[in-house]
Amino acid sequence: MEHREYKSINKSVRKKDSMQLLLGKPVYTDDITPKDALVVKLLRSPHANAIVKTIDTSKAKLVPGVVDIYTWEDVPTNRFAIAGQTYPEPSPYDRLIIDRHVHCVGDVVAIIAAETEKAALKARKLIKVDYEVLEAVLDFRTAKDNPVLVHPEDNWVAPCPVGGDNRRNLVASEESSHGDVDAVMADCDYVIDRTYHMKAFSQTPMETFRTYTELDRYGRLHVVSSTQIVFHARRILSNALGIPKSRIRVEKPRIGGGFGAKQTAVCEVYPAFVTLKTGRAAKLILTRKESMENGSPRHEMEVRVRLGASKEGKIRVVDVYTLSNSGAYGEHGPTTVGLSGHKSIPLYSGSLEAHRFNYDVVYTNTMSAGAYRGYGATQGIFGLESAVNELAEMIGMDPTEIRDKNMVREGMLMPAYYGETANSCALDRCLAHCKEMFDWDKRYPVRDMGNGKVRAAGVAMAMQGSCISFVDVGSATLKLTDDGTFILLIGAADMGTGCDTILAQMAAECMDCSVDDIAVFGADTDASPYDSGSYASSTTYITGQAVVKACEKLKKELCQIAAEILKCDASEMVYENGVVRNIITEETVSREDIAYKSQVFDLYSAEATAKHTSTVSPPPYMVGMVEIELDKFTGQVTVLDYMAVVDCGIPINPALATIQAEGGIVQGIGHTLFENVTFSQDGKLAENSLMQYRIPTRLDMGNLKIEFEHSYEPTGPFGAKSIGEIVINTPGPAIAHAIYRATGVWHQELPITPEKIAMSLID
Amino acid sequence: MMNIKTYVRAQSLEEAWQLNQKRSNRIVGGMLWMKMSNGNVTTAIDLCDLGLNIIEEDEEAFSIGAYATLRQLELHEGLNAYTSGAIRDAVKDIIGVQFRNLATAGGSIWGRFGFSDVLTVFLTMDCYVELYKGGILPLAEFAAMKKDNDILVRIIVKKQPGAFRYNAMRIQRTDFPVLTCAASEINGKVTLAIGARPGKAVIVTDEEEILKNGITEESAEAFSRYAAAHVKTEGNIRGSAAYRTRLVQVLTKRTLTEMKGGL
Amino acid sequence: MEIKLKLNGKMITEDIEADLLLIDFVRSHGCFSVKRGCETSNCGLCTVLMDGTPILSCSMLAARASGHEIQTLEGLQQEASEFVGFIADQGADQCGFCNPGFVMNTIALLRENPDPTDDEIRAYLAGNLCRCSGYEGQLRGIRNFLNSRKRC
Repeated sequence: MEHREYKSINKSVRKKDSMQLLLGKPVYTDDITPKDALVVKLLRSPHANAIVKTIDTSKAKLVPGVVDIYTWEDVPTNRFAIAGQTYPEPSPYDRLIIDRHVHCVGDVVAIIAAETEKAALKARKLIKVDYEVLEAVLDFRTAKDNPVLVHPEDNWVAPCPVGGDNRRNLVASEESSHGDVDAVMADCDYVIDRTYHMKAFSQTPMETFRTYTELDRYGRLHVVSSTQIVFHARRILSNALGIPKSRIRVEKPRIGGGFGAKQTAVCEVYPAFVTLKTGRAAKLILTRKESMENGSPRHEMEVRVRLGASKEGKIRVVDVYTLSNSGAYGEHGPTTVGLSGHKSIPLYSGSLEAHRFNYDVVYTNTMSAGAYRGYGATQGIFGLESAVNELAEMIGMDPTEIRDKNMVREGMLMPAYYGETANSCALDRCLAHCKEMFDWDKRYPVRDMGNGKVRAAGVAMAMQGSCISFVDVGSATLKLTDDGTFILLIGAADMGTGCDTILAQMAAECMDCSVDDIAVFGADTDASPYDSGSYASSTTYITGQAVVKACEKLKKELCQIAAEILKCDASEMVYENGVVRNIITEETVSREDIAYKSQVFDLYSAEATAKHTSTVSPPPYMVGMVEIELDKFTGQVTVLDYMAVVDCGIPINPALATIQAEGGIVQGIGHTLFENVTFSQDGKLAENSLMQYRIPTRLDMGNLKIEFEHSYEPTGPFGAKSIGEIVINTPGPAIAHAIYRATGVWHQELPITPEKIAMSLID
Repeated sequence: MMNIKTYVRAQSLEEAWQLNQKRSNRIVGGMLWMKMSNGNVTTAIDLCDLGLNIIEEDEEAFSIGAYATLRQLELHEGLNAYTSGAIRDAVKDIIGVQFRNLATAGGSIWGRFGFSDVLTVFLTMDCYVELYKGGILPLAEFAAMKKDNDILVRIIVKKQPGAFRYNAMRIQRTDFPVLTCAASEINGKVTLAIGARPGKAVIVTDEEEILKNGITEESAEAFSRYAAAHVKTEGNIRGSAAYRTRLVQVLTKRTLTEMKGGL
Repeated sequence: MEIKLKLNGKMITEDIEADLLLIDFVRSHGCFSVKRGCETSNCGLCTVLMDGTPILSCSMLAARASGHEIQTLEGLQQEASEFVGFIADQGADQCGFCNPGFVMNTIALLRENPDPTDDEIRAYLAGNLCRCSGYEGQLRGIRNFLNSRKRC
């Protein structure tokens, strides 16, 4: 582990935008939209599977203020995907802007453009649609090879070979294994075989999906959107609208939360279509209801875990089969599912002799899923960690001890993790640290508090990745400006996480200046260097390393310019302590002087762009422990304390890393205890508002305590790995474990509502 | 969002009542539920100029203006001293302070909502509503009536010496309750109200005189079984009928025993 | 119809539609800090003060605010500046979308109860949802502010 003294790294610097945000300045999409932008509203299907027989907009178009209304007859017929992924996308091209064949409740049937919201809503009520209602596939367990096809169309395209087949309702499927799984399983003293179910939880960022579009002064389509993926959004819009990418510019202002939701272009195409048709500025703000019903939630998954162990508690074999529900469209379907095995099984690389991981991803006529923090790992870890806890309880071994025996440790090869080696791994220290901080030995035994109340504890481990290896690309441009400060241009998207600040901290460290001397600009497809976008936990690890490289490149340029000033050879110059120094004469040149020189009769560029990509995706690791009080009569679970220790390498900004962990854990608590997703018999979502989909308030999460165990990741910038996603993965299995300790009943489906607990205890 | 053509601040109850006789006109309370409906309103009638936003207390009774907010109920010292905090307990988990600063006592009672914590707790008191035309009538009687075009002016709670207690089960702290349960003991008579069944709150009377010798561990247990057997419950997304029936029993026993100081 | 009210210290007389909500009224007057996060009165993002009392501006007719004083974060920058730096030090501002409502209700809390306990803070702010921070950092920030005030 590296013990360097840093000036800006591993420091809790305030976010660069914090005072603007905290004082309520107008920095979000709807704050900067011109008042005369057309209001776009969408008419959505009430049916899960139907064909629009006829649609009559004539009366609606007469409403004063209505500019135009578009239906399936008006849109291009080429299919596209809205998943924000690197080209060629693993997600199938299965969408149209408006499809005559609606595939789920809420699918768009008409686009209304009007001068005011009132006019648009009035017109929407007057559109007459005659549907031919078809039988729908609503249960994902029956989807594969179901005679009812979600996407029967002939022009369905899968750009990548991911095992999908629309004639079988299959978005993707794969089989992989290592070692002789069946033989090892047969030789085990204990076998756990359970199926775990996680629902399509909603990211619920406080700012719903929204986009504003206009034609700029060059007649190009200028898109301002609350998105994590400006470059992918540009390609998606080009595909969907059938116009060249060169005619499109996408930028993001501040984003009111993403968590993966905005890694999918949920709403961009509709106002863009209106702007192209009318030539006018247009905005679409999805309501909370639309964002819940037709956003891009977590993939519902059923994860069957078969776990074999020796009587000494050695976990010898894991066999995982995941069935994933992609919903009406395939966004992120082929990729999320992979993490349910690839980012759970390797946790036990310390002992596994064999493993298998198979999966199917299916279409159903329910809302389309997307990317949500954790991205499949959350579902897989809920299954595997629950199974390990059950194994420990079955053997009668402390669940921290069984983990200590089997976990992955630094230097180990991880056959289930693309054959990567754990070059930085403090999971063992995380467990020991968390055990002590939590006082596990005292809190693990169940305590009866009287009146039906019981206190109990649970534990889980987690991992994630730090990028998509062999795919993700991050770039950074660093420019010296004429007062000696820098501008950092990035294409990664700060959605509140603070990556603008974290990347500036890295630049400041490299350039030996204050973080205040680094202004950050992003993300804008016209001005930013290319970046895959902010997802897959990659920004700190990938774009961060691009920043480090850009700094090194820029230093060389600055040395060249300084050499011109001192009329010496550039090989005599070094960039040190924020200035360029001649190592022979000890003369120095300030950044300001270099900047001025670069503006006068000079050929060297005072800016540099660098790019980074990676062949590995080093996992962060963590351990979470929870104490609950459970009311056996009502089934109510109260979280008392949630403590976690995280190994994210070297945290660049410990305050921001802490908040990531706290925020992720609270989302996980919500999923585990009360966020629910249920559908009516005709496929309508019941929890379609914040009134029905209950996210945690500050009364629902108990006390949180987060600490870190540092490892040093040799391929990461300043030893850093990721933290954004892993933090959502432990609450499910840890709380389910505590509930078992309190009640003697294992629950395999989230959320574990009070009703499920109470009714499981009635004799 | 509902459409409203005109807005009138009534200057007298008579003016408000006259306006309210037209079917398409509506009295505006806290607006919290009304704004979510999709209908068309010709005239929104606002009573905010009529001084109904106060809670008055004299030796015999509390008089709660229809526009007194849930937050006022929560903070009112006299009401909470009289009910040992049962009123506060009934409203404190409703969404948030800002919501409770808008939601009115009158709106909650007038709506006779199934999920109402407020209706549940007041049903256990010697409580009346005053209607502009209909006069004063017991809350239980009002709760059973169909909505008409009268105006709820105030809620009256007679200060009968007694004990009160309130409990509700919520899946998440500020959610709608899965079940509400209020109890009182006034002049030796125990009254239990169960709401969020999910239907409107009902009073459970001690027909079998289970509690005639007072509330004890055993009688509370027996009465809770009686309540579970007699309160009709149904299922919705927050809970099945069977779970609610289970909660009727659990909360009834808890509420009764806690009312007696935990026995 | 005509309404007359004081918005952040400035008298405004305006002809409005009867069903205009207060949130849309104040945003049309440049108070963009006031955000809409739901349609069901659940999120607290639209919190403003009416005559000093925190309310949900998404759930009040602008017409009802006539004759009253409305304050948004635009009008309380000074009072907010005193403590929001402590939130920033925790990194608990995060995406920022819920911040104005949270800051407004914290101002209301601290006016009503200048020295609240942690539980009182949690209870008063329960109607302010935040999906990013996990709330703990907001609590630490407020606590640090209160401690710093005591030291003064």
